[in-house]
Amino acid sequence: MLDSSRLILRGKRQDAIFNIIGILFTLVGIVTLAILVVDLMIDGSPRLSYQFMTSFPSRRPENAGILSAWVGTLMVISVTLATAVPIGVAAAVYLEEYAPKNWVTTLIEINISNLAGVPSIIYGLMALGLLVYQFKLGRSVLVGGLTLALLVLPIVIVATREAIRSIPGSIREAAYAAGATKWQVIRYHLIPYSMGGIATGTIIAMSRAIGETAPLITIGALAYVPFLPPPPVQSTAPFVNAEWLHSGFTVLPIQMFNWVSRPQAKFHENAAATGLVLIFFTLAINGVAMYLRYRIRKNLKW
Amino acid sequence: MSNPLPAKIKRLRKRTAASNRQRMWRDVRERGIEGLLFMAAALSVLVTVGIVGVLLYESAQFFRHVSVVEFLTGTVWTPSFANPKFGILPLVSGTLLTTGVALAVALPVGTVVAIYLSEFAPFAVRELLKPMLELLSAVPTVVYGYFAIGFVAPMLQQVIPDLPTFSVLSAGLVMGIMIIPYVSSLSEDAMRSVPMLLREGSYALGANKIRTALGVVFPSALSGIGAAYILGVSRAIGETMIVAIAAGMQPKLTANPTEPAATMTAFIVQVSLGDAAHGSVEYQSIFATGLMLFLMTLTFNILGYILRRRFHQAY
Repeated sequence: MLDSSRLILRGKRQDAIFNIIGILFTLVGIVTLAILVVDLMIDGSPRLSYQFMTSFPSRRPENAGILSAWVGTLMVISVTLATAVPIGVAAAVYLEEYAPKNWVTTLIEINISNLAGVPSIIYGLMALGLLVYQFKLGRSVLVGGLTLALLVLPIVIVATREAIRSIPGSIREAAYAAGATKWQVIRYHLIPYSMGGIATGTIIAMSRAIGETAPLITIGALAYVPFLPPPPVQSTAPFVNAEWLHSGFTVLPIQMFNWVSRPQAKFHENAAATGLVLIFFTLAINGVAMYLRYRIRKNLKW
Repeated sequence: MSNPLPAKIKRLRKRTAASNRQRMWRDVRERGIEGLLFMAAALSVLVTVGIVGVLLYESAQFFRHVSVVEFLTGTVWTPSFANPKFGILPLVSGTLLTTGVALAVALPVGTVVAIYLSEFAPFAVRELLKPMLELLSAVPTVVYGYFAIGFVAPMLQQVIPDLPTFSVLSAGLVMGIMIIPYVSSLSEDAMRSVPMLLREGSYALGANKIRTALGVVFPSALSGIGAAYILGVSRAIGETMIVAIAAGMQPKLTANPTEPAATMTAFIVQVSLGDAAHGSVEYQSIFATGLMLFLMTLTFNILGYILRRRFHQAY
């Protein structure tokens, strides 16, 4: 008769060993992230200052700053936001509520799922050939924003679809029973309830867009930008203009890339400081999204 | 009675006609809104058409100057020389080498993490560690590039004395760490959707957790795990900034990870930063490279899609 207690003990020992291995492996990633952040802080935080935030880049690393970079990021992201969210929500609503189960719908869904896996630099190539040269829009904030919008569109679509899908059918049926049309159900019932999911998806999409470098380099966002795009508001009528959309620009990740590529150590300090600003923004935004997701799951009790 | 219609019926007819008109306009509006929403959804198809169109168009121009055979089989890539050579194999080998190093890190670690989180970890630990792992994929890739060249490369140079500053090894290791959440998250989802019944059967036969995990859960979730691996491969192939910063920009046909190498993506960045004239062969070469890249990732994406469909259908 096999000694069953020995077998059981061996089994438990194996489990205990794997528990330790599992935790260690999980910590590999997390500890590396922590080391990365600490390394950035050690290299870059001396450089963080008001002067750094409000100066243009310069040939002398001590004088250089990220003013044009973060203004550029803000402008590009606002174009991305204004484009990706309406189109993404509209597409998701169509796919969830209107689309019949035919080959056109399948084609659209396959496309969205494929586009989510296309490397970001290819979006840059498409924008270069199509928007910059074919449509003659130039290497501008507008093209940069549109490229990033197309890049993050699948994220917004998937998040919105999940949000709409989680609304129970009884809400829809009650609205239809009261005589609402399809659009009335969507506009007055489904979209308000899915706002939380849409917001979370949008935030994650923007966080991704802020960190994207490759597509913007490809469309020709410059790296040495000692100027700001013209401001959208002005003191003469009509008080707002769209000049800024056609201007050359740079963004935070490109500025960081430019400084990292230089051999001088002082530029690496600048790069580290820029990295800190970038990480701060992306982690803060992701934190907000996670908190929102938690709050929504708590509040919605169907 | 046959006198002209009483006033009541006349009023009723008017009101019905009015509400019929309203309903007609409402239907037109509804139809219009549906059309707008459809166009938003169909935009995704247009984007794919745009991508394929641009890549094919510019590559067609490129292949008028360079033969396809030389492109696919040549082993020298020097587009900016006076006598330029356009063999893409060095770039492909650079991509595959960095991908290989990255996967050597991400696949084992990601799988073990997935098994641990899905089968072993208590609820509180899992809810704490999963979001932290997801943060790994939220960090901008330029920052990873800085980390690779500023910290990882010097650290590796302590261990491997002759390691150059730019090498596939430092870029690949950091890329591997970045990809861990992609692999672990999807694998874990696949493993968690294996029904408890199967596990309980295994436990009833006296197996311990690790036996059940490796012998029952892992094989059952294999198509989902395969989809996760393929997602990792696809992500690694398309990665740009980490390799552009840390792996060097010298195209070299090599299988040695301690050397610098250029990937397809790094080459595209290099030309975009330079001043290749619009319409020149050098400019067109980035589209040919991009086409190659697109085809590679497309193949893997389709494979992953098929696997994911099988995984969803199984349960």
